[in-house]
This record gives sequence, C-alpha cells and structure tokens, in this order.
Amino acid sequence: MKLNEEQVRYVANLANLALTPDETTHFADELSQILTYVEKLNELDTSDVEPMAQVLFDVEDTATLRADTAGETLPVEVALANAPLSGAGHFKVPLVIER
Amino acid sequence: MHIPTLTIPEIRRALLAKEYSAQELCQQALAEAEAGNPSTNAYLHFSPERAMDAARRVDALIAAGADPGPLAGVPVAVKDVIVTKGLRTTCASRMLQNFVPPYDATAVERLEAAGGMIIGKTNCDEFAMGSSNENSAFGPVRNPVALDRVPGGSSGGSAAVVAQGTAVVSLGSDTGGSIRQPASFCGVVGITPTYGRVSRYGLVAFASSLDHIGPFSRTVEDSATLLRVIAGRDERDATSALAPVSDYAVAMQQDVRGMKIGLPREYFAGLASETGDLIAKAVDQLKALGCQPVEISLPHTDYAIGTYYIICTAEASSNLARYDGARYTYRSANADTLEDMYGNTRDEAFGAECKRRIMLGTYVLSAGYYDAYYRKAQKVRTLITQDFLNAFQQVDAIVAPVSPFPAFKLGEKMSDPLQMYLSDIYTITGSLAGIPCMSVPAGNTSQGLPVGMQILTRHFDEAGMLRLARAYERATS
Repeated sequence: MKLNEEQVRYVANLANLALTPDETTHFADELSQILTYVEKLNELDTSDVEPMAQVLFDVEDTATLRADTAGETLPVEVALANAPLSGAGHFKVPLVIER
Repeated sequence: MHIPTLTIPEIRRALLAKEYSAQELCQQALAEAEAGNPSTNAYLHFSPERAMDAARRVDALIAAGADPGPLAGVPVAVKDVIVTKGLRTTCASRMLQNFVPPYDATAVERLEAAGGMIIGKTNCDEFAMGSSNENSAFGPVRNPVALDRVPGGSSGGSAAVVAQGTAVVSLGSDTGGSIRQPASFCGVVGITPTYGRVSRYGLVAFASSLDHIGPFSRTVEDSATLLRVIAGRDERDATSALAPVSDYAVAMQQDVRGMKIGLPREYFAGLASETGDLIAKAVDQLKALGCQPVEISLPHTDYAIGTYYIICTAEASSNLARYDGARYTYRSANADTLEDMYGNTRDEAFGAECKRRIMLGTYVLSAGYYDAYYRKAQKVRTLITQDFLNAFQQVDAIVAPVSPFPAFKLGEKMSDPLQMYLSDIYTITGSLAGIPCMSVPAGNTSQGLPVGMQILTRHFDEAGMLRLARAYERATS
C-alpha cells in the first residue's frame, strides 16, 4: 500500500496532528514501507478464524467485572491539578461557539 | 554494604541482624544512584523523601519486632510510565514533562506495602514505544556494560540501573519485548508475566491488550520475590486475572529433570551468530541438567511483526487520543482555536516514534481499512496464540533467543524504523499470545556484550518458567 501526501494529511487530520510539510513527506514514505510489509498477512486465509481482541481466560466474560456500585472518586480540584488552564471547577479550552 | 551486589535475601538478613538500618541503606543507595547517573542517564528523577519515609517505616517495624515485609529496605526503581502519587511521571515525553499523578499504580502500592523503597523513576522510550531507549524526550540511556551502546528498550533505564548497581530491583513494562530485550542487552533478569497476572492499574496505557508490568533484578530469585508481591487480582483492572498466585520460592527448589524443552525451528533457522552459539550452549547446559530438548514448530512466526505493529499502533492511537492539550499539563502556545489546541499541542509534544505509531494506528482503524488491517491482525493473533497452545501439548517450556543480536551502538539503527521493528521478532510472539516469558543471562559475546536466553511457558505457569531459570542460573554461576 502506497500512501500519498494527501492521504497522510487526511489521516493526520483524523489523528489531530498538525504535521509540518516535512513530516508529511517523511511519513508518506515511512508509512508506505510499513504498510507494504504488513500486507504479508494477506497470504493467510483467515475466513474461519475468530479474532482475538483480548487474552482470554477460562472464566465467564463478566467474572472479572466489579460490582456496579459507586466508589470513591477524585475531588474536582485534584482532577484539575494537571490542567494547563482551569477555572470555576472546569477545564478551560479556547472558545468553541461564537456568541 | 555493597549495593551493586546486594540481593533481597542479603538485605533482609543484614537488616534483621542490625548490621545497618534501612535508613542508612536508603541514604547510600540514593547517593550512589545520583552519583552514577550522569554516565548512563538511566534515572529521570529521584524521590529521596518518599524513599526515606519507606525506610523509616521499615526501621520502625524491625525495632518493634514485627515482620517488615518481603521487600523490606530494598532500593527499587520504577519505570516512568507507572504512576506515583505526588511524584512526577513523564513517560519520557514532553507531553507529560510536568505531570504529577493524583494516585499510585497498584504495583507501586503493593511494593511499598511490602517494604520496598522507591528511590527514583527510570528513563525509557517515549510512552514505551521503542527498542533502544533512544526515543526518550530527555535523552537516550547508555548501557552500563558498554557506554557507547544502547541498553535496549523500551524499559532501558530499568534494566540499566539494575545492571549498573544503582538499584537492587526495578519495575518495567513490556508490550512487545520492552522488558526482555533490555534485560538481555544489559545482562540482567527480566520477566514479562502472563497478561493479566499483574494489574495494569496506573500503568500509562500504550496498547491495552498487550501491556504488562514486570520486574528486573540481578538474580532469578529476586525477580520472583518482586513478582509475587505485585501479582494477583486487582478489582481496579478488569483484565487482571482471578487465578491464584503460586509460591514461586517453592517452585524454584524443584528439579528440572525430565522437563521437555521446545526449540522453535523458525527461531533458530536464521540465527547464525554468536547469539545463536550462546543459546545453543545454554540448551546443552539444560540437557546436562536432565531436560529433554524437542524441536517444535511455531508456523505463524513470520506474521507476528505485521500483526503486532497493526494491533499495537491501533490501540496506541486510541489510548494517546487523551493528550488533547486540555487535561495533561502541556498545551501549545499557539492554541487560539480548539482545532489548533489539539493539533499543535500534539505535534509539538509527541516525538517522532509516537507520531509514527499514532498515524499508522489511525490509518488501520480508519473507514474502509478496519477489516483489512485491524480485524485481519486480530485473526492472525489467534493463529499465533494457537501455535503456542499446540506446542505446549508437546513441551513444558520453550527456549529461544531474546534478540537476534546483542546491544548495538547508539544511533546505529535510528534511521530505519522498519528494521528496528523487525528486530523484535523473538519477543513479540509471546506478547501476542499473552504467555509468561523471561530473559535470563546466558553469557557474553567475545566483545563482552551480554546475551539473554528467553524462556516461555503456558499461561499462568510462571512457576515452571522460574524453576527452569533458577536451575540454569544455579548451574552456570
């Protein structure tokens, strides 16, 4: 699979990465190489194989879930302590909706 | 006390015999770790107050005649992707340079409750992505065995401090080989337990279906002791296993005579090197101990790297989406709009390897490609796991190399990411299957570079793995 720069810009937009033009050129080349390599998987017929999403153990799907009851949570000021900008008990971000 | 050769049992003996106090040991360990760090850059920051608090608790317990715990007075280093309450946890990234976690990881809580003294946080590849520790935003780690070489990665700092003697044991994390490969490169013991054996609560997520926490040490026994302390069910991680934790100390006393050792033909086929010779010698040693080598096949080995780099990047792209400039300390100065805040924060604060993996992962999950890449890789992961389950019907353990080569020079492989990925072949397979795997030192090359032997066993058979590793260590030391 060859990725061109336009496709790289599309993926970067999905990933919320503001790539520089240099990075875009570079990634087009590197990602193309890696994607070409992983296409090796197509040699295998997997039509009858179940996908493995987790390392599965011999227990019921829900056996490891805790009871659905409220526990302790972090106080708001502690949860906000690492925010670059906060105020009035909230994370502050740039204006999203114009008045 | 000579910290570079100290072990957990020796510390316990000396503390109980009152030869020195935990506080004396802690002060010396901190002083030596700080003095030794400029040569390797293995620690990112130190935690003297926290370590001394732990030491005081241990000394008080001993003075009161109480049991001070299985890790009493042991100087421990923790990889900086494992959160520590009130102690900066950076993931070796500019993104989290000033991040101070509001809680402790379960593994950290447990090791401190057992008397361990955390003296500092170790350097690693950014967000644990890399095989050489050259992807740290705070500079690479140098291998204490040969300072012009890499310590391996991503847990390079955690392996280096144990090899250098600036900690007795350490915690690392492993997603595709990040504990075993640096253990091999630095000549120490490193364990990747069964997936779910150790809680991931407080391990900053990279690829959640593959992430593990595990120990490093200079002896098999010390890794077993640390693993036993941190292992076991944790309600705060729904993927942590319910299976009981065995007494590894008992298992390590047992004989290995008659154990069947599988040698995967696919792993040894292309391994014509000093590494191959050293592993062959180790296998001879196991034979001399009464083990029975059996050639086995893991037929889907060739597909493991492709499978791994699809699954791990897909999960990484999703896990790293949380670093948005709003919540985790770093925000670009150029953030006038929401879109700029996201895009510029992420472009400025993530390093090249993180961006590469986020891009690849976003691509394989994007509309139209999910089935062709991600779902396909999950299916091949089933086949790779099945290979191991089949092999374990014939053998009790598998022995393999950890890496095709010993520690390489800084900068040697940085220009070609695909070549760097391909070197992870022997460790990635076990990670995908979720089975326990470890690296145990198996001698040095003619240049004096350490080579590790990998031992892999069935899910939850850490006891069998440690039994074999201990018997080998006993026979060779």
